[in-house]
Amino acid sequence: MTGYILKRLVSAIPVIIGLSVIVFGIMALIPGDTATALLGSYATPDNVARINRELGLDRPVYEQYFVWVGNLLQGDFGRSYILNRPVLDEILERFGATLILAGTALVLCSILGILAGVVSAVRQFGWTDRIVTFFVLIGISTPAFWLGLLFILIFAVQWRVLPASGMYAVYGGGDLPDLLRHLILPATTLAIVATGVIARLTRAAMLEVLRQDYVRTARAKGLDERRVIYRHAFKSALVSIIPVIGIQAGFVMGGAVYIETVFQWPGIGQMLVSAISTRDLLLVQGGVLLVAVTYVLINLVADVAQAMLDPRLKT
Amino acid sequence: MTQALATTEPQVSSARLSSWKLLFNNRLAAGGLVVLVAICLLAALAPLLPIPNPDATFPANRLQPILSEGHLLGTDHLGRDILSRLIWGTQVSIAVGLSATAIAALVGSLIGLVSGYARGVTDNVLMRGIDMLMAFPYILLALAIVAVLGPGLLNALYAIAIVNIPFFARNVRGITIGLANREFVDAARLSGKSHAAILFTEVLPNVLPVIVITMSTTVGWMILETAGLSFLGLGAQPPQSDLGSMLGEGRRLLFNAPHVSIIPGLMIFALVMSINLLGDGVRDVLDPRLRAGDLTRPLAVTRIRRKPVPAPTPAGDAAAILEVRDLETSFQRGRATVPAIRDISFSLDKGECLGLIGESGSGKSVTALSLLGLVASPPGIITGGTVKIEGEDVLALPEGRIRALRGAKVAYVFQDPLTTLHPLYRVGEQIAEAITTHQPVGKAEARRRALALMEQVGIRDAAARIDAYPHEMSGGQRQRIGIAMALANDPDIIIADEPTTALDVTVQARILDLLQDLRKERGLALLLITHDFGVVAQVCDRVAVMKDGEIVEAGATAEVLRHPRHDYTKKLIACVPELGQGAGFLDRVRPLFAGGRP
Amino acid sequence: MTSAITVTDLVKTFGGKRTLFGGTSHAVHAVKGVSFELRQNETLAIVGESGSGKSTIARMLVGLETPTSGSIAIGGQSYDQLRAEGSRKFGQMIQYVFQDPVASLNPRKTIDRILDVPLRLLRGYDAATRARRKRDLLDAVQMPKDTLERYPHEFSGGQAQRIAIARALAAEARILVLDEPVSALDVSVQAQVLLLLDDLKRQFDLSYLFISHDLAVVESVSDRVGVMYLGEMVELGRASDLFANPRHAYTRDLISSAPTLAPAHP
Repeated sequence: MTGYILKRLVSAIPVIIGLSVIVFGIMALIPGDTATALLGSYATPDNVARINRELGLDRPVYEQYFVWVGNLLQGDFGRSYILNRPVLDEILERFGATLILAGTALVLCSILGILAGVVSAVRQFGWTDRIVTFFVLIGISTPAFWLGLLFILIFAVQWRVLPASGMYAVYGGGDLPDLLRHLILPATTLAIVATGVIARLTRAAMLEVLRQDYVRTARAKGLDERRVIYRHAFKSALVSIIPVIGIQAGFVMGGAVYIETVFQWPGIGQMLVSAISTRDLLLVQGGVLLVAVTYVLINLVADVAQAMLDPRLKT
Repeated sequence: MTQALATTEPQVSSARLSSWKLLFNNRLAAGGLVVLVAICLLAALAPLLPIPNPDATFPANRLQPILSEGHLLGTDHLGRDILSRLIWGTQVSIAVGLSATAIAALVGSLIGLVSGYARGVTDNVLMRGIDMLMAFPYILLALAIVAVLGPGLLNALYAIAIVNIPFFARNVRGITIGLANREFVDAARLSGKSHAAILFTEVLPNVLPVIVITMSTTVGWMILETAGLSFLGLGAQPPQSDLGSMLGEGRRLLFNAPHVSIIPGLMIFALVMSINLLGDGVRDVLDPRLRAGDLTRPLAVTRIRRKPVPAPTPAGDAAAILEVRDLETSFQRGRATVPAIRDISFSLDKGECLGLIGESGSGKSVTALSLLGLVASPPGIITGGTVKIEGEDVLALPEGRIRALRGAKVAYVFQDPLTTLHPLYRVGEQIAEAITTHQPVGKAEARRRALALMEQVGIRDAAARIDAYPHEMSGGQRQRIGIAMALANDPDIIIADEPTTALDVTVQARILDLLQDLRKERGLALLLITHDFGVVAQVCDRVAVMKDGEIVEAGATAEVLRHPRHDYTKKLIACVPELGQGAGFLDRVRPLFAGGRP
Repeated sequence: MTSAITVTDLVKTFGGKRTLFGGTSHAVHAVKGVSFELRQNETLAIVGESGSGKSTIARMLVGLETPTSGSIAIGGQSYDQLRAEGSRKFGQMIQYVFQDPVASLNPRKTIDRILDVPLRLLRGYDAATRARRKRDLLDAVQMPKDTLERYPHEFSGGQAQRIAIARALAAEARILVLDEPVSALDVSVQAQVLLLLDDLKRQFDLSYLFISHDLAVVESVSDRVGVMYLGEMVELGRASDLFANPRHAYTRDLISSAPTLAPAHP
């Protein structure tokens, strides 16, 4: 197992290098003078000269890449001229908020999705199945940002039971219960679509597995139906559900962009949207890279979990 | 071999026609289609409808509520008519969604086709590129692309198309790899076709359904995501607007005029929902497995609908441990119930071996599985007859009692141990599980017994192999595990369904010897299902010959083989080539088929 | 010229290539230096169990795999020369019949379009000739006329194998490689296809390389037999001699394992 984990870790390196090339490309592809584009309205001759020196913009593109990577490895992600602070400070501060939101949503959607999917498969064509299928369809057809607005209207404006925005109350907040109160609406909204996707795939995976010859063997051995479903069928289904959860992690982190905007959640998604509007490209670059690397690592964990379940994958 | 009856019988060539019918039979999909067509018509006819200019502003008339005069859906913060903006915005959203889908489908499918067919370096390079795209969280990549290209509807369209390319490339590549290894592709090459011709005329037609399915599942997403980008202010820029940007503008007025943002959101929802409903319908029709009902969950015990329920008869043959009378099992096809086996009657004495022989589709496997209700159901239903084990009618027992028989008194050995053993559990665990299911023994004791069983079925170095997974064993060894599992609870009857068909002849000979030895040692009764007369001759005391779901002849093996009475049996036996006959075999069978067309 | 195929020291190794990090991937020696000759109008059978390398030899002969080393001559011409002249020349010399007949026919094409390809690409016939030849071919394999407008799934395994044989004949090649042509079929259908192959051989002057795992089938159709075991040909001889006096221990094991109709305990 350790060998497999090491192998997967090593194989993630080229992916992360590839990511860095693409993210670097964002800067290189910008039309016109890079320094001017990066600085926007702060493009005084002094600033232009300084950024050219810092990022090596006067050198060939491939050298610029190495300068950039070298800086990254030293923890220097550049400086946001609009916020007037180092990019790394800004993204790290916001990353925690995004992790809390996306992490909660991912846990929620995995648990609910798998539960709904299994129940729906086991009671195929029954009422439970129909209700689950119906809600799944609604879930995957609803624009999450719109659903967020509806939730705000209902829970914050009409009933006034939950806060409409932010991570903590402005006055007297800051403790865990306060965070949880603020987390409920955005995390639920974010989880709803992913729950639909996971429930749907879990149902399909369970139905597929329940048709397999080895499930018939389990029945021929005289196992009761609970063991057949939860020990024999579910374990196999889980092998194909885990990578889906890995992919959903990406959807959840991406979807956080909308949800953070709607709920004014001080995370990386909200930062990215405003950074794109203000053309604060170094901030965009740093934010995208951090989230993408996190996503790669999550998928690595998913791969390892999958291999722990299925010995055939450990090659 | 198993479930041969559940597979297709020759279909009529009106398959294409019935696809539409199937789609309309699905009420949800038909509903989705109707809604979608209505929305599309409305959007397409926008220039002809009597609605105000969507961009005409009347600040004096701002934020009119729904159903106000002249503005059915009210007005927004600039006094523009929401209904008109909704219809025009829908047009933009649909056009952008469809264009993005088309671009993604075209580029992605092409990459997938080439990659899956060419393999090697091409595949590696293309797929690493796709992996890179997939290594970004979905929306994040679109954001990054928009960040480079600058906000704008067209740029949002490109961004959404690019991030969806991997879905097409991956799906299409997966199918293409499978197809490229199929014999018909090799056959086309040998018929003189070039690689390009094979790719586009042989492979592509088989991949098309997958492309259509992927399109139908992603088009809704793409509409949602372009709307999302516009909502964030990164897509459509004023004065141009789509549903997403309407929603984005309305968000600022959420508290005093919620209808400005709720209405476009509802439209997106209705649009995407109808597309998804239709997409599910399309997928159900195009996916042959869904169509064949292969993805319905089989019940724990085959449904039993015997009419009339046979009256309990006194036990006939005292020596018989298993007695089957007039057994009939049917399959549901649509509304009809078609019998697969009829009037099956036979008995099995203690310690006896009965062979059930027949060609594919003769119903021999269905017979074997019916005995303890293991026929997949749906579509299988046991529609008549009795199965008596030691005088008790199994088919009249409650589910729990049937389960108590399975693997205890009656055990099964199946055909292909690679698919019939659970791939994720160690073989020792699987044998031990069979023991603990029926006997109150602890884990350690079960494992000890499993080890003993493995030694009894002739697995060398059993102590080392007990923790192996099925895929780590050879075919012969796996079948020995299958047999060990069947022996776990000292059964009286073993039902072996083509136990050696997946094996090489030399291995087959050893497995048959093993079964024979075990039978003599333990006084087991063996019901052996096979298509091979050689196997029957070697192992069985008596044999029953099946054809089209019925037993046409039964008797002592030697007698049936030497003096077959039924024409079908005669022909079948004559067709078995035997070592030592040489070229004489063909001369012998030639008269059987003289003048006859297949 | 009496030799249809001459194979000398044929070797095929899968894998074993250098990987990115300097190691070598696991190599599978599928065929380890096999030599034999298929004479004109002869049926040479190659028997062996799974993994013996018999199918790999068959696929190399028709150019679906490339040999690692060794030489092949088909109809007196060298393999490399034939390959250089392109798949067309190849297809005119030698054709192949697959084990799984249904899988060898494209499910989305009518039989007419399937048979059309070799007639057009390998023989270059005009439309009228092609139509005539298609009818002749179906006659030769004893299939009804309305076969042409149907799709593969409308046929049983035996019928599909007849159609696949018709396609192989369409190229007018004189050498057919038959890779387990009857293994997927029920016995009664198997006997009919064997009869058909026997008739066609006489009618069209064909030479067969017959790959099979079934000794009894092999004995009934072949003139000579080669026995493959783990990539090597352990024995090659006249069918009658080989089955009567097997020299190699593996051949003896194969023969004694083959089930017979004589009941074991009368």
